[in-house]
Amino acid sequence: MAIKVVHHGLATTVQDLGRPGYFHLGIPVGGAMDRYALRAANLLVGNDEGAAGLEAVFIGPKLEFTEDGLVAVTGADMPAKVDGVAQPGWTAFKVKAGQTLTFDFLKSGARIYIAVSGGIDVPVALGSRSTYPIGALGGYKGRPLAAGDELPVGKGSLAAEGRSLREKFRRAPSMPVELRVLPGLYWHRVTEESQKNFFADEWKVANEADRMGYRFKGGRKLDFVEREQPFGAGSDPSNIVDSCYPYGSIQVPGGTEPIILHRDAVSGGGYFMVGTVISADMDLIGQLQPHTPTRFVEVTMEEALAARKARRAALDALHVALA
Amino acid sequence: MGVRYSFGGDEHLFVECSEEMSLDAFFKSLSMSGGVRDSGIRGVTEICPANASLQVKFDPDVISPDDILKEVKAIEQAAEKAEPVIHTRIVEIPVFYNDPWTHETLMRFRERHQDPSGTDLDYAARINDYGSVDDFVAAHSGSPWFVSMVGFVAGLPFMYQMVERQRQIQVPKYLRPRTDTPKLTVGHGGCFGCIYSVRGAGGYQMFGITPMPIFDPTQTTSYLRDFMVFFRPGDIVKFKAIGRDAYDQAVEDVAGGRFAPPIREVSFDLREFRRDIDGYNAKLEGVLNGN
Repeated sequence: MAIKVVHHGLATTVQDLGRPGYFHLGIPVGGAMDRYALRAANLLVGNDEGAAGLEAVFIGPKLEFTEDGLVAVTGADMPAKVDGVAQPGWTAFKVKAGQTLTFDFLKSGARIYIAVSGGIDVPVALGSRSTYPIGALGGYKGRPLAAGDELPVGKGSLAAEGRSLREKFRRAPSMPVELRVLPGLYWHRVTEESQKNFFADEWKVANEADRMGYRFKGGRKLDFVEREQPFGAGSDPSNIVDSCYPYGSIQVPGGTEPIILHRDAVSGGGYFMVGTVISADMDLIGQLQPHTPTRFVEVTMEEALAARKARRAALDALHVALA
Repeated sequence: MGVRYSFGGDEHLFVECSEEMSLDAFFKSLSMSGGVRDSGIRGVTEICPANASLQVKFDPDVISPDDILKEVKAIEQAAEKAEPVIHTRIVEIPVFYNDPWTHETLMRFRERHQDPSGTDLDYAARINDYGSVDDFVAAHSGSPWFVSMVGFVAGLPFMYQMVERQRQIQVPKYLRPRTDTPKLTVGHGGCFGCIYSVRGAGGYQMFGITPMPIFDPTQTTSYLRDFMVFFRPGDIVKFKAIGRDAYDQAVEDVAGGRFAPPIREVSFDLREFRRDIDGYNAKLEGVLNGN
């Protein structure tokens, strides 16, 4: 079976749960920005939770099916249509051979996940089907989809048609958005007052927000503790000797606009970081639109671990609900 | 050297060997990275050595942050005592300095540069007190470099030249980053050299271009069939200045599967290196040339 791409939307890529193990060579883990949503979509259509699906941001693609398939769309609220007929979100529905899957305008969130029974069967590269466009690696020919592409689809079953997730499992960002942050890394480089301001101020998602990182604007500029710059660090007080960047780490070049590194992160560089968004809140970032008001909330490691545990429990509950 | 530990969220332990760059800090980062790898600490999912630091990614469902911190600190003690010797490889990378492609690019982004009146090479030579671009190129290609980190994007090596600190080349990055850099550009920012493994944005000064691919996701380049990334931290690089004809020939050889970068196995002893830097580097070059 195959899916023909009639229109690619804005930026639609093949993603699974990523390729861990190569960050030390500059190749990021990648994979779905909102992993919960991809897992839910896969489980709905009867796939393994880590099967490859499509991630589309802001605008959905137009896809023509060459054979019958089962589809589920999760994540952002962007209603799907089959030959113009509206389909429910977070629900497995059938698309017959020759039918076309399209999408309405985005209502909330940022990214939809489209799972197809059998999964998108592009070749595995370094253990994953995720697309890493900078390295022309994985996915469909190492790049976002384009009109005319034909996506191979694995063998799946249509048995799960009609399966649906209840409201409490349909996760969406709640307003105002709060991202929990463990301060650290080079947190000591900014003054106490700036540390307070960072958590007190309201920030807004900037236009420069993609799979590599999310930029924020609107808070007060951070002031640095004075020092003589170490050899090799560069002259700006926000510079450090180039180091690794954790996923979720928040760098603030020039002390002005925080950038949270996400799944396609650059693996290192020369900007200081104030801390790191906890693992439990990474999915949420992938659903933020530009201009979304956001607050950073300071947490301790204990709180980060408790949030991680709660997230694990939510994933377990998802599996039970779709078992 | 005081090592500093900090957590990057609930999944990363950041270990800063030193705030400033030095070969000592780099060796400590390499040695600790190796130590963490060899110790097989449960729950460690990735180890990323950087210039003067390292990052250990872990699964807190398997090992608690307190425990991983304890384990890595114990490795620091052992690393203190380790001999500063590594077994690595030295590789010769041909560079066409002042090539037409980086030249076209640097002219295109001239308004983002500190000195719009000249080239990146003119600027770097001048602020590093070289009398001419030729003298600067001679220094750049004269002494070898350590690959002190691989990253930023896929397969990109950061390199630190193996000379005394007063001879280190230092340049600022572009005032505003370029949106384009030719693939395989040899660049420099701060005290670090690099080779852009892929085409894309960049802020480093551009000195030349190598015909030798260092990242190939298709794994069709003859020497990248086993793995798509060429460099590893700890590799030693010696640049060789080449002209247009040699560059064109090398590009043709790469396409024909005939290009084989000169690579030799070497041992490097930091103590002996310190005793006579130029003499030691000359010996390394001898190994490279099969002497």
